[in-house]
Amino acid sequence: MQVKIGFEIHQQLATKKLFCSCPGELTDAEPDARVVRRLRPTQSELGEIDRAALDEFIKKKYYEYEVNNSHACLVELDEEPPHEPTEKAVDSAIEIALLLKAPVVDEIHFMRKLVIDGSNTSGFQRTAIIAFDGYIDTSQGKVRIPIICLEEEAARKIKQEGNRVVYRLDRLGIPLVEITTAPDIKTPGQAIEAAKKIGDILRSTGKVKRGIGTIRQDINISIEGGARVEIKGVQDLDSIPWIIKNEIERQKLLLDVKEEIENRVRKDKIKLKIHNLTDIFRKSNSGIIKKALGNRGRILGMRLQGFSGLLIGRLGPELAGYARVKAGVSGIFHSDELPAYGIEAEEVDEVRRNLSLSEEDAFVIVAERYAKARKALEAVHERALLAFDGIPEETRMVLKNSSSKYMRPLPGAARMYPETDIPPVVISPDKLLWTESNLPELIEHKAKRLEVDYKLNSALAEQLARSEYSELFEKVVAGNKKFAGFAASVLLSTLKELRREGFSVAAIPEEKIEEVLIAAERGELAREAVVEVLKFLCEKPESRIETVRESLGLKGFDEDDLRELIKDILKEKEDFIREHGKAAEKPLMGVVMKQVRGKADGKLINRILREELLKFPGE
Amino acid sequence: MYRGKIKHILGDIAEGDRVKVIKEGKVYNGILMPRSELGDSRHVVIKLENGYNIGFNIDNIKIELISVREKKKKEEKVEEEYSRENRPYVSILGTGGTIASKIDYVSGAVHPAFSTSEIVNAIPELEDIASLKTEIVFNILSENMTPEHWRTIAREVAKAMNKSSGVVVAHGTDTIAYTASAIAFMLSDIPKPVVLVGSQRSSDRPSSDASLNLISAVRVALSDIAEVVAVMHAGSSDEGCAIQRATKVRKMHSSRRDAFKSIDSLPIGEVRGDKITTFQEYNMRSEGEVKLDDRLETDVALLKIYPGFPEQLFDYYIENFRGIVIEGTGLGHVPENLISKLEEARNKDMPVVMTSQTIFGRVNMKVYSTGRKLLKAGVISGRDMLPEVALVKLMVALGRFKEYGEVRSFMERNIAGEVSERSLYNTFF
Repeated sequence: MQVKIGFEIHQQLATKKLFCSCPGELTDAEPDARVVRRLRPTQSELGEIDRAALDEFIKKKYYEYEVNNSHACLVELDEEPPHEPTEKAVDSAIEIALLLKAPVVDEIHFMRKLVIDGSNTSGFQRTAIIAFDGYIDTSQGKVRIPIICLEEEAARKIKQEGNRVVYRLDRLGIPLVEITTAPDIKTPGQAIEAAKKIGDILRSTGKVKRGIGTIRQDINISIEGGARVEIKGVQDLDSIPWIIKNEIERQKLLLDVKEEIENRVRKDKIKLKIHNLTDIFRKSNSGIIKKALGNRGRILGMRLQGFSGLLIGRLGPELAGYARVKAGVSGIFHSDELPAYGIEAEEVDEVRRNLSLSEEDAFVIVAERYAKARKALEAVHERALLAFDGIPEETRMVLKNSSSKYMRPLPGAARMYPETDIPPVVISPDKLLWTESNLPELIEHKAKRLEVDYKLNSALAEQLARSEYSELFEKVVAGNKKFAGFAASVLLSTLKELRREGFSVAAIPEEKIEEVLIAAERGELAREAVVEVLKFLCEKPESRIETVRESLGLKGFDEDDLRELIKDILKEKEDFIREHGKAAEKPLMGVVMKQVRGKADGKLINRILREELLKFPGE
Repeated sequence: MYRGKIKHILGDIAEGDRVKVIKEGKVYNGILMPRSELGDSRHVVIKLENGYNIGFNIDNIKIELISVREKKKKEEKVEEEYSRENRPYVSILGTGGTIASKIDYVSGAVHPAFSTSEIVNAIPELEDIASLKTEIVFNILSENMTPEHWRTIAREVAKAMNKSSGVVVAHGTDTIAYTASAIAFMLSDIPKPVVLVGSQRSSDRPSSDASLNLISAVRVALSDIAEVVAVMHAGSSDEGCAIQRATKVRKMHSSRRDAFKSIDSLPIGEVRGDKITTFQEYNMRSEGEVKLDDRLETDVALLKIYPGFPEQLFDYYIENFRGIVIEGTGLGHVPENLISKLEEARNKDMPVVMTSQTIFGRVNMKVYSTGRKLLKAGVISGRDMLPEVALVKLMVALGRFKEYGEVRSFMERNIAGEVSERSLYNTFF
């Protein structure tokens, strides 16, 4: 069976915002202000308004925007025209395009792409094509990249309660590179390879954001005889093969359902006839039913002619997904899964009798307030009819277990028109030439080089090449390759552990980390003390290394002090040394280290200890 | 518009035509788009089939015509009236500006749009509020308004008032306050609301303030507030609109929705949903006929004083103009060396009116000696009048009266709410 897989990758760039000078960072601080807006459907090119969209508008859906003065200005609030596009963001996008071997356009034109879910205060997203027709190579063939765009990130959704949707403006306007691949990927393995490769290329530039939420992959999947399904919210690469596998499985099941149902019944027989079955459940023991009834709810049901056996594990979750999204109910019951959830066999029989069901028929019931339950059954009916088409085109949201749930129908072609507030950006041949001749080393190349140059094992080299500290690493060990192992372990594991323990490693400027490592390399700071110093810097990132050492009492033994201390210890342990001879060295090393507590370098201690042991009387 | 070399290369290919662009062996199909005024003259813009525009350097490409632009056949009938049973009529006069425009989604260019059907189509909620008559008086950007345009608008408002329960004037926001106060001075015994309205975000945006402003304006036009007012967003949120007196309103921000503020005064009221709340006294709706006096003398200047203001500039103004409004510093001052110039003006019976560049607060020339000298030189106190309002008022005064004394007396009296006796604590920020 043929499978077609494609990606849409959104990567945040590590610059200020695209159309203003706000920082491209998120904040958890209390908002300084809240602004309430509504977005009105606009006239189409033909001067018409989508009545359905307008009805939604008139139903008073409104958006509340949280404003933090430190992270958003009038531009995000749609109260000031956009400033000129941030040059660094444009440059980064061009660099990425060139790394993906995509020819860059001569002149960039920003467009307004209508989006009225409130995630953009203006009601549109600004987006521009940067380059066309790139590609990457995978072991299973070329994957084409037809389009690379530079666009603005949407506002961050905080919550939704009824008609009110709350967004925070900190994320709105962060520059985003959108990379769309052609559906050239044929297997889950190739998918993960392609995603990794693109991810590596992005990180090679050193100009993209890292961390959760800074890169998002949407996967498009279609199987033969099916339709395109877009899966959003993919956070980690390792889940990609599972997501694909699950989606292929789901699509196959839906094709089976289509075949079976077509053999059983004609589509036009599936009628929307809603029955009030509340009386059957008056004395039900089901918790959900009882709760609904206590809440002035009703039990509404409908027949699904011919669907018996097709619901459980197959169409059932789809019906429930539609009911949840379109009616806001928490779930539905269908006959394939009953009796269960406290609903008894007699009640099931009673429902079957009441709806005059045959063996082949299924039913769905919903326990909710009347209007909501009705809406839920309408949604179930709508989805049941789609079963005759097989796989509906839709957007789904990935779940923790790598399956997915229904979000909304696939959006149609976006309405787009020119952003007249932003002048076109000419990409000069000089800039292109310069960027092309200064492209960064790709991560895969860098890993190989680090492995060879610094004699690191290949896993460590790769990890380092991928990390944000690879440049820092090379700076620190440039003069002393022997220091490479220690530097790598600090940059890759120590910092990670500190982060895990809750230290705010991000607060330490890179130059400080560099200073600490250089001090350690010169022996001015004991290697053993590096962790303590870094911890201190997490709290007070601006401190001078000198100050840190003093504050931590790491003022360091000089060689003479150290020799005195060691002599004292040896005297104390005289008997022990007599008994063990040369073998006493190791245990003694431990004793000295404990007393010195990181105030001197281990190597130095070891040298002096050896010297003194040799001189030790009686030996 | 493509010019020069590109125009030559394009030959017969016109904007809107379908074209084929060949660049480095690759073919791009799309529509030739007009060139942005901000763009250079080396690139052509193509709208690709996926909806995106991109620019091609003319030196890198070959361009061929696929087919010429399809001519739009529409040109639908323009309906000038929309009536609905039991709904009173509101007249909407279009004069231009963002609110009365619509976007060409292909080029991004903004065009005037103001037939009733277009408005009702865009804002169907209006159907439930009023029956509408619309008329395009003219279509200009508000920065291009002249006093002659004010007169035309005032006349049209007076006419429209006889045919409807209230009049709405859609206007560009830049100079809405000038036009509003001009109408307020030219019309007297106003029996019905006259509402100026504009928008700060164009109506192609889902976030536009145009619809809420226009809906609110139509509601105010049906209210009992028989004054000339401006109705615009009260805050940055889409929660309601402020109703502000023509002679007290000023555009105080270049881009925000809530740019319009009442100066030294509270707004008359606000519209939230279908509810109008008022905060101060206003003239009530009545049965009478409006009176129009649209005489104007346009040779009036507004001068902003600053440290080092060149004396000789006054010579020019005294020679060529018939009245001067000064935007002085603080309580209403000018550097002492200018005072003799103002005496010169007074000796020619030329009225000089003092207002303050602090915008907020009242002129008082009795406190400091410079002020006292200015009073002695015959300078007329603009009291708490806004400089722009004083300018319009002086044009009206000079249009109506020959005698210096009459002009002076008109300037010192409150005519349309521009001068108040009391300065209230709660009218400043």
